[in-house]
Amino acid sequence: MSNAHKATAPDPGDFLEVDGSLSAEERDIRDTVRDFATGELLPNVADWFDAGTIPDARALAKSFGDLGVFGMHLDGYGCAGASAVSYGLACRELEAVDSGLRSFVSVQGSLAMTAIHRFGSEEQKNTWLPKMAAGELIGCFGLTEPDSGSDPGSMRTRARRDGSDWVLDGTKMWITNGSIADVAVVWAATEDGIRGFVVPTNTPGFSANVVHRKLSLRASITSELVLDGVRLPESAVLPGSGGLGSPLSCLNEARYGIVWGATGAARACYQAALDYAATREQFGRAISGFQLTQRKLADMLVDVNQAGLTALQIGRLKDAGRCHHTHVSFGKLSCVAAAQRVAGEARSIHGANGITLEYPVLRHMLNLETVATYEGTAEIHALSLGQAVTGVSAFR
Amino acid sequence: MNIVVLVKQVPDTATERKLTSDDKTLDRAASDGVINELDEYAIEEGLLLKEKHGGEVTILTMGPEQATDSIRKALSMGADKAVHVSDEALHGSDALQSAYALSRALGRIEFDLVVLGSESTDARTGVMGAALAEYLGVPQLTLADKVDVDGQAIKVQRLTDYGYDVVEAELPAVVSVVEKINEPRYPSFKLIMQAKKKPVEKLTIADAEIDAARVGLANATTETVDVAPAPPRAAGTIVKDEGEGGVKIAEFLAEKKFV
Ligand SMILES: Cc1cc2nc3c(=O)[nH]c(=O)nc-3n(C[C@H](O)[C@H](O)[C@H](O)COP(=O)(O)OP(=O)(O)OC[C@H]3O[C@@H](n4cnc5c(N)ncnc54)[C@H](O)[C@@H]3O)c2cc1C
Ligand SMILES: Cc1cc2nc3c(=O)[nH]c(=O)nc-3n(C[C@H](O)[C@H](O)[C@H](O)COP(=O)(O)OP(=O)(O)OC[C@H]3O[C@@H](n4cnc5c(N)ncnc54)[C@H](O)[C@@H]3O)c2cc1C
Repeated sequence: MSNAHKATAPDPGDFLEVDGSLSAEERDIRDTVRDFATGELLPNVADWFDAGTIPDARALAKSFGDLGVFGMHLDGYGCAGASAVSYGLACRELEAVDSGLRSFVSVQGSLAMTAIHRFGSEEQKNTWLPKMAAGELIGCFGLTEPDSGSDPGSMRTRARRDGSDWVLDGTKMWITNGSIADVAVVWAATEDGIRGFVVPTNTPGFSANVVHRKLSLRASITSELVLDGVRLPESAVLPGSGGLGSPLSCLNEARYGIVWGATGAARACYQAALDYAATREQFGRAISGFQLTQRKLADMLVDVNQAGLTALQIGRLKDAGRCHHTHVSFGKLSCVAAAQRVAGEARSIHGANGITLEYPVLRHMLNLETVATYEGTAEIHALSLGQAVTGVSAFR
Repeated sequence: MNIVVLVKQVPDTATERKLTSDDKTLDRAASDGVINELDEYAIEEGLLLKEKHGGEVTILTMGPEQATDSIRKALSMGADKAVHVSDEALHGSDALQSAYALSRALGRIEFDLVVLGSESTDARTGVMGAALAEYLGVPQLTLADKVDVDGQAIKVQRLTDYGYDVVEAELPAVVSVVEKINEPRYPSFKLIMQAKKKPVEKLTIADAEIDAARVGLANATTETVDVAPAPPRAAGTIVKDEGEGGVKIAEFLAEKKFV
């Protein structure tokens, strides 16, 4: 290696130069979200987590809207039309602060807005998307039910025809932003399979109840939706939706954001541990000098950088139009697991301090339990990969 | 109203800054460049004035090739176009020479108002506004924390030890701003994506009709004689309060002429 001696020592913050190949525009988007997230969100997030809610979710939605992050990867209707990698970078920088804040953006942009953008009528798109992009209206996405999680095809929520109207009955569970939403995209079984409905949340018969006592994703509002004879006009159905594939295709978009988001949480934990280990002294020296700590830091470094490369590669595939849904399963399975390992190690390095909200590590560690569960659990993505490489489905 | 905002790229204050050993100038390649912080307030003020009075905001930057990153950021905040003066011959120019060079570039732009940060985090001379106004032959309104434009009249407010100065002048004029003036906006994604399509005019010193004999290290009006790293901070003094802590604090403050 003739020029090996010329290489400078790697940056501990981006060891493999994962960000080295970003375009100027991608870097600008990354820097803007990073500045916003560290300037506006980071100072508040521990309080929000402690309170188990986002106190002024409307104001937060508006500031996300001003930034342009809602539906930033969609085209038209007030959306920025950014690349998949840019969207991923935004998710990464938000989740480096907190998974709950990235979830806010994922649900609005990748789930609710994507469903309307992909399956909606022109009128539905014009009615909802520009205001959702601006953060003036908040959306939620209701697929999961109390008895139907990993197997959404078993849902019990029904939509039946009554004249030209639709009438919806059922219960949705674990719905992010459900109780603060202006509009809910609700998936229900019809005679022609599963279809999506755009439900203004002030429609009679619609109600939402906050899920309390969560120990994960506390800086996020999670709700139950109750649909009790909710009567909607013909125009409420998403005309392009049909079958379970419709909601699953939206989930695939949101999962793509999670792949990147998890790398942000991992990086934040690694960085916190590196800083803490350098300044915390025990047995007369900084704990970063002990072999056991160095092993942890080395393992974290490897996880953070490998996850970062995985996310970037999946993003490049997506921008090239070659991203299969099993690529996203690969990313969700591997990057979230990496983040969980990193968060656990980072917590241990923080000793007793690590169990408090003064440090971000346990907060991330707890959040990642949700991140590993929603949008397809680790098991479900393992089954998806298993099927992809063996050709045999082991789901049922 | 045509507003020109001066934007300087400076090394990120969060990173270690280095000087090149051979000519004692700042090694601009050694650290990440960012927009000089006060210039972000100048950009914001330019944009606010445009939003109120109409017109265009032009960014004017003098600096090496990598300053394009800062220009792009200024455009992503909402500026309409940019002029980038970049030439090897400008390397090592001091504050007065830079003011001269920028005044030449401004001679090519129609402007009613030039807005700039009151100082830069790298050089901290704080003279650019005054020097530039002198070269341009227009009034200078420095250290503004409030700007009002009414037709051809401009009025700024400046915080002083004893209250406020209110300074008035006629446009065209040069205004330097302090950080109390506003809260700079974040770029938005839509503007970030439009930024690369906005016009950026690149000028060499020949294009801007800048006299090569009046710029650059060799012709500088000031010289850096010597540089030394800042000495490490001295350890603080610990005073144990044995009933007279208050007196000790007062004595300390009096000794340092704080009271
Ligand atoms: C904070 C939070 C926010 C959420 N937000 C939303 C939202 O906005 N919208 C929405 O629709 N949903 C949302 N969800 C729901 C989420 O998508 C579901 O929790 C998820 O799909 C898992 O479903 P479940 O909880 O019913 O678990 P189950 O499906 O009951 O799974 C329980 C366990 O069984 C395993 N399992 C299931 N099937 C198999 C199998 N075939 N083989 C092996 N193991 C299996 C699972 O992997 C898991 O470990 C949210 C959840 C949380 C926690
Ligand atoms: C809820 C709670 C209740 C508690 N109650 C009590 C109590 O009642 N009474 C009491 O006295 N204490 C109590 N403790 C304190 C507890 O015993 C300490 O937190 C524990 O001893 C670890 O010390 P530390 O937190 O200072 O971490 P540190 O000692 O700073 O350790 C930080 C990290 O460095 C590692 N480390 C340290 N030295 C080395 C080394 N040589 N090589 C490799 N790795 C090293 C540690 O394993 C850890 O991962 C409590 C703690 C908690 C969280």
